[in-house]
Amino acid sequence: MNILGKLSWSAIPISEPEDMIASGLMILAAVGVLVWVTVKGRWPYLWQEWLTSVDHKRIGVMYCILALLMLLRGFVDAIMMRAQQVMAAGGAQGYLPPQHYDQIFSAHGTIMIFFMAMPFIIGLMNFAVPLQLGIRDVAFPTLNSVSLGLTASGILLTNISLVVGEFAKTGWVAYPPLSELRFSPGVGVDYYLWALQISGVGTLLTGINFVTTILKMRAPGMSYMRMPVFCWTALATNLLIVAAFPILTATFAMLLLDRYLGFHFFTNSGQGNPMMYVNLFWAWGHPEVYILILPAFGIFSEVFATFSGKPLFGYRSIVAATMAICVFSFLVWLHHFFTMGAGADVNGFFGIMTMIIAVPTGVKIFNWLFTMFGGRVRFTVPVLWSLGFMVTFVIGGMTGVLLAVPPADFQLHNSLFLVAHFHNVLIGGLFFGVMAGYNYWFPKAFGFTLSERWGKAAFWCWLVGFYVAFMPLYALGLMGMTRRLQHYDNAAWQPLLIVAAAGALIVLCGIICQIIQLIVSIRERDEHRDKTGDPWNGRTLEWATPSPPPAWNFPALPRVEGKDAFWTEKRRIRGSSTEEPTSLRYEPIEVPKNSATGFVTAFFAVLTGFALIWHIWWMAMLGLVGAFITILAFAWRERAEIEIPAALIERVDRAYREALSR
Amino acid sequence: MTMAALYDEAADPLLDTAADGPAPKAIVVAYGFWIFLLSDIVMFSAIFATYAVLAHATAGGPSGAQLFNETRVLVETGCLLLSSYTCGLMSLGIEARHRVATYCAAAVTFALGVAFLAVELSEFAGMVARGATPERSAFLSAFFTLVGCHGLHVTFGLLWLAVMMAQVVTKGFRDTVLRRLFCFSLFWHALDIIWVGIFTVVYLIGARS
Amino acid sequence: MSAQTRGNSSDSVQGVNRKALRFGFFVYTVGLLLAIILTATSFWAASTPLLWAPGVSLGLAVLAVAQMGVHLVFFIHITTGPDNTNNVLALAFGLMVVTLVVAGSLWIMANLNANMMPSTDLMNLHTQY
Repeated sequence: MNILGKLSWSAIPISEPEDMIASGLMILAAVGVLVWVTVKGRWPYLWQEWLTSVDHKRIGVMYCILALLMLLRGFVDAIMMRAQQVMAAGGAQGYLPPQHYDQIFSAHGTIMIFFMAMPFIIGLMNFAVPLQLGIRDVAFPTLNSVSLGLTASGILLTNISLVVGEFAKTGWVAYPPLSELRFSPGVGVDYYLWALQISGVGTLLTGINFVTTILKMRAPGMSYMRMPVFCWTALATNLLIVAAFPILTATFAMLLLDRYLGFHFFTNSGQGNPMMYVNLFWAWGHPEVYILILPAFGIFSEVFATFSGKPLFGYRSIVAATMAICVFSFLVWLHHFFTMGAGADVNGFFGIMTMIIAVPTGVKIFNWLFTMFGGRVRFTVPVLWSLGFMVTFVIGGMTGVLLAVPPADFQLHNSLFLVAHFHNVLIGGLFFGVMAGYNYWFPKAFGFTLSERWGKAAFWCWLVGFYVAFMPLYALGLMGMTRRLQHYDNAAWQPLLIVAAAGALIVLCGIICQIIQLIVSIRERDEHRDKTGDPWNGRTLEWATPSPPPAWNFPALPRVEGKDAFWTEKRRIRGSSTEEPTSLRYEPIEVPKNSATGFVTAFFAVLTGFALIWHIWWMAMLGLVGAFITILAFAWRERAEIEIPAALIERVDRAYREALSR
Repeated sequence: MTMAALYDEAADPLLDTAADGPAPKAIVVAYGFWIFLLSDIVMFSAIFATYAVLAHATAGGPSGAQLFNETRVLVETGCLLLSSYTCGLMSLGIEARHRVATYCAAAVTFALGVAFLAVELSEFAGMVARGATPERSAFLSAFFTLVGCHGLHVTFGLLWLAVMMAQVVTKGFRDTVLRRLFCFSLFWHALDIIWVGIFTVVYLIGARS
Repeated sequence: MSAQTRGNSSDSVQGVNRKALRFGFFVYTVGLLLAIILTATSFWAASTPLLWAPGVSLGLAVLAVAQMGVHLVFFIHITTGPDNTNNVLALAFGLMVVTLVVAGSLWIMANLNANMMPSTDLMNLHTQY
């Protein structure tokens, strides 16, 4: 038994130049950042203020940073795929051999869904929900930090696969029998499975955290029907996480048992049933896409209301639609495998349910339209993203309803039409949503607004780029082109693929604009300071704090008297003839103490995951024991909270009120 | 709770704490753990569903009827049910802040849990010795995974119980320890609930077909 | 140490709680007895020749649900009070998901399997591989 299991020097892909270049660049960037932090002497700051922080605002920002970095990685994969497909027409083979191309499209999907989209929405929910609820933090702050650590562990493992070993070549869904040991004997599928199992635990813990927070911890007077819509969508999202992610955990566990211990869940032999994997995967997979889109719907609800200067139209119907989607999302999953061979009655049932689930979303679209109608709409960057969403997502939704018809799906399943559809709804829906949220809440998080000019440039590049990149794919799908093709014979497809590649380059311009937006905004931050904490004339409670808010969020929990709690308070104060004297008595506040638990857990998770992938059993045991000891250390800590003195709270609050009155 | 009440902003039939702000920590922790338990039950249901689908996929190998021993299952069930009861008695001891009662009830709960695991492991060993390994067929893979996953949860539970007793010894009945003990008892009772499902579906119904 | 003094065991605490403890003991014991009766009935029903065979599976399922209910009420103390509403709703949501996953999977997989080749032919293909 080799002490390092399957690990050997051959795991480093010396013979593959593109891989070595990519790995080299990645390592260079990572080492560069570490060296810069060391040279600047910022490790104590980083450790105390960020890595051991259990503050939901900090954790939210770190999630978003991870998401933005992985956006770049996933986008590089996309550019590489577009380039390959432009080149590999007729007899040409392009520049990426199939072994590579397969890893790239698998990594692209895995990274974009699990390590870009999920962290982004979780980051935004982390940042905004406790502030909107008028409370100080989530229900389980240290657990929150652990969730972040486990997500980062999954990301790290996936990126390590670029340098040491390989990634899965099965697509992001990893269907057996291809993903079984017999047909994928390498470590690629193991990297995929362990990275997602580890980050999946983190996501599940987030779900538990937020369901508990939203249901059990709100400011006094904030009944359910007075919550901001973003909190309602956060509730539905996290209920879906709690109910769906365990299915994925079980499914991956069974595939791991097949691969590691020779079990026969999904193998061809031993009377295993690969179709059961597909069934269970999508029983998770469909709720997952609603997990991704519901927070975006919540962001749009906030943005439309705020920038129209009107309350959201049809609050109750949006809440009802959200909770209906939450339940219905468990009734449609078979539409992901209409062609797997179920009979007409089963296919028909799920097809009809899929069409029905489009209705609540349609209700929301009308609510947003009516919110803008009669209002004075300010066309800020968040509003542009939201308007882009309205048009783009409706198109994507309509192609979805088309795919929901089983006979149509039989023609279009796994064609580029499907690829265009889900990118249409994911980019037009989820991505535009998180971009709106990012621009909307950035001033609250950092104390200065982002450059409007570069934000608008980024938006237009993304909007135009998206259509140029993906509308040709609809046509190609109808022309019969299948997805995941490393090369193709039909030269008639190439012109459209060239257009698609051009679209990807336009999107690249959008991403560059976003990077410039960040750099320019940081350099010009003094000119764009958010001095009042309310840069948009907002309606909800997060705008009732300084930007950035202090660790304790509010000196006293606000007393909520109606929907749009902050707006109501502003009208009340403006309506009265005299400004209310600040007769607030400042009390010391207990906030959760920093903890290294999240960081240390992440370390042991990476160790254990890497060890299991490479069959280094002693290292895996070490990692598990280490994780257990970390839990014990947390369980035996004496102080869980730290007290903020009343004097500091008073000082911060008085400065805030002074800035307001100017 | 009427529809009118749901639409009435002032009335809030779903929650009593709307007027009071965030709920006390004990309620928050208990609810959070309750949600975790539900997620765990969903995970078990996915494994259950797989078992149900693969229950007849014996690949020419032994079936449940040939392998299962009803007496053994009855003993396991008895051990786990009694341990749930003694866990309840432990909760009473905790409520009374009676250390000795708590330790005694915990010890009996622990012993019954160990007995359950011992019987289960001997069953697994017997099956493996007869060639009925999880690698033999999909049915056996599903059986070992479903029952084994439950057994793994029981093992974690016993470890947790031991840690909790150490916490009572070192920290006494302070609030954090009380909250965690409550979570443990919820976990332990939930494991017995899942076992009811397992012995009914896998052993009793399974042995008949 | 926390501000509250619940952490100390004192005679006054025990005196006040004695009635509650007796009631708690009663609840747990009744729960155990009910569970024993239901479990014994299950085992008996599974092996007796006295019952109509096709109905036994359904009966066992009902008994299992009853046993789970006994656990929920007598051991976990689920009630229908307003402070428990969230717990009941969460439980209902969880049960809905469980039912959909299990029943849905069974329906779908049975349908898929019915449309597959006969297993003997499938086995022949395997041995040829």
